[in-house]
Amino acid sequence: MCGIAGIFNLTSQEPICVDHVRQMLASIRHRGPDQYGIYYDEKAAVGNARLSILDLYNGQQPISNEDDTVWVVSNGEIFNYVELREDLINRGHSFRTQSDTEVLVHLFEEYGTGFIEQLNGQFSFAIWDVERQLLFLARDRLGVRPLFYALISGRLVFASEIKALLSYPYARAALDPLALHEIFTFWAPLNAHTVFQNMNQVEPGHFLLCRNGQITDRPYWQLRFPAEAAQAQSTRPFLEVLEQFHDLLIDATRLRLRADVPVGAYLSGGLDSSTLSAIVKNHTSNHLNTFSISFNDPAFDESCYQQRMADFLGTEHHNIHVSNEIIGQIFPQVIWHTEIPILRTAPAPMFLLAQLVHQHQFKVVMTGEGADEFLAGYDIFKEDHLRRFWAEAPDSTKRSRLLEKLYPDIQASNQTSQAFFTAFFRRGLLEVDRPDYSHMLRWFTSRRSLRFFSKDLRQAVPDWEEQLEAQGEKCGIPFPADYMGWHPLHRAQYLEIMIFLSGYLLSSQGDRVAMAHSVEGRYPFLDHRVIQFCNQLPPNYKLRGLTEKYILRRLASNYIPPEIIKRSKRPYRAPIQDCFFPKSSKTPDYVDDMLSPGQLKAAELFNPIAVEHLVKKMKQGAKLSESDNMALVGILSSQIVYHSFIANFSIPQPLSEADDLKICSKARI
Amino acid sequence: MDLEFTIREYIARNLLFSEDGYSYSDDASLLNEGIIDSLGVMELVAFIELEYGISVKDSEITPENFDSVNNLANYIRGKLA
Repeated sequence: MCGIAGIFNLTSQEPICVDHVRQMLASIRHRGPDQYGIYYDEKAAVGNARLSILDLYNGQQPISNEDDTVWVVSNGEIFNYVELREDLINRGHSFRTQSDTEVLVHLFEEYGTGFIEQLNGQFSFAIWDVERQLLFLARDRLGVRPLFYALISGRLVFASEIKALLSYPYARAALDPLALHEIFTFWAPLNAHTVFQNMNQVEPGHFLLCRNGQITDRPYWQLRFPAEAAQAQSTRPFLEVLEQFHDLLIDATRLRLRADVPVGAYLSGGLDSSTLSAIVKNHTSNHLNTFSISFNDPAFDESCYQQRMADFLGTEHHNIHVSNEIIGQIFPQVIWHTEIPILRTAPAPMFLLAQLVHQHQFKVVMTGEGADEFLAGYDIFKEDHLRRFWAEAPDSTKRSRLLEKLYPDIQASNQTSQAFFTAFFRRGLLEVDRPDYSHMLRWFTSRRSLRFFSKDLRQAVPDWEEQLEAQGEKCGIPFPADYMGWHPLHRAQYLEIMIFLSGYLLSSQGDRVAMAHSVEGRYPFLDHRVIQFCNQLPPNYKLRGLTEKYILRRLASNYIPPEIIKRSKRPYRAPIQDCFFPKSSKTPDYVDDMLSPGQLKAAELFNPIAVEHLVKKMKQGAKLSESDNMALVGILSSQIVYHSFIANFSIPQPLSEADDLKICSKARI
Repeated sequence: MDLEFTIREYIARNLLFSEDGYSYSDDASLLNEGIIDSLGVMELVAFIELEYGISVKDSEITPENFDSVNNLANYIRGKLA
């Protein structure tokens, strides 16, 4: 795991200043504090900040091929490098290191850009082909690892984090109104967008080819749920399918244990991480350390289940207790790493969890993300299922009341009336042919927070709400031609994965907060073979009635106690209002400052009067609704993004001689 | 003070947070306009109980009584009559 950064003269003829790459790498040294390296010539410079995990002593990057005509810098892991390397050696390639990164240059030589389909991993990398004057930038299928780029004065500048792009002296930062509208609606920016104007991400499953003054953006992998495959699977005996799933998950886990450092595991106390930890424990000789978060508030806390699992597996368990106050205190640091406004505080405890892992000298953790998306764990899939069932008989009271079963907390806490609850879920009930049917209520509710936007910001994206409301309007992401022929569950999964998994969960709540502490998360459920398998399952192997992740529950019965298996899915969430406006202590100073009329006017993003009303409401002790809580986090995080990256950004000192820095240049070869 | 005006003002400050640039009619469904979410109705209940000394029964918290400025004003008038 690492960070990468580089500069490519697309049309510019000016010589590249290697100091600029040193500055860019210095801004992301948290991603790779162990070693640094830069290759540069007249046309390109590629650099790396390394967190040593494989081949600790010889794996310093950049790495080149046999005759130094192809150079690579990489962030992440190629888990099947052992097998790929063997094939390459058989084909006559010679290796200088034992690192996974080195296979990339030889694969590129041997197979051209098409080699990327052979990779099983989580990666972003840059390959510079000196002879063909071609820069190849690529990112893994789901975007576990980040890769951003910008075109600045005839140059393509790229890096693992946006702060590195901003550390390129000619970069200019401004927030993008469209991306802000997307974030406050969908909870993440869409497609290649970031919250910064003219700064893009290489989309998950895409690569960029840069040469002859041109950039070509191509997908090499696409998320698909082929209807005919699910049909074919449904004719096979379930136990046979289950066994295949079991074998795949074990293999995906085994590959992800490849490291020259110890591997730990996150343990949330839920089905996914418990099953993974059990597989690690049962199928490897790894002495397992597990890590978890506990909260004061019983509504969020799962520590009794975490301890139960840790005792059951006999792991060395570590816990961090996260108070509301600490979430409030560290929030600006968290936003420094997410580099994007967020609508939830959940990344803050994950930031502290990674810190705990780092304190115990671990660099790698296994984690269960992906199971909820690919095996239909979230409530939104059940909500879609129940609304469609209700829509078939819209006057049925029995059917409408099934939704109350799905959200028992809302009823129990007396937060609404049954009549209003029903009226809310009836909205758009009959529009079952909308491509966004599953998510339209969620997005409709989120959009309430757009009302906090300043007039200028709203006017910058005219008719946003009208466009979204239009019957049959697609939300702005690409839809495959046969999308409407997929099962409704698969359509809902597609939206969840394309927008939320890649755009938020794996970034703001994943890579960015873990790498803040030089910790690499590894995700067996996101192995592309596991994904392909899950996407070909009949829908009722995933969501069976209202039982989520059915096939995983069946698999888990081999490994973990029944009380963990029987637990219903509990979304991982963290407190919001009490973190920033605590009842028993003072509001953190920065919160008052960021939400003050002066700061709001400076950023020009939000209407100061609206924010004042929101703050007043909280200070009077009112409990905010879910959507107002999201608005609060969104406003505060946007203000911090503006403050940290636009109003007060300063370029760090470049890497110095004191850093373990290897410089390679054509002149020296 | 005009009942509808008072309701609108409450909604503006506490649910919309600002009337700036946002218009809706007294007949508009508060749910469909996204002015309240499924939980926001309890804030309206608390508001009218406090403001008008009305005791709202659970069975009365229905869209017919609460889901527009007009419905709410009529409901309050009925209770105060």
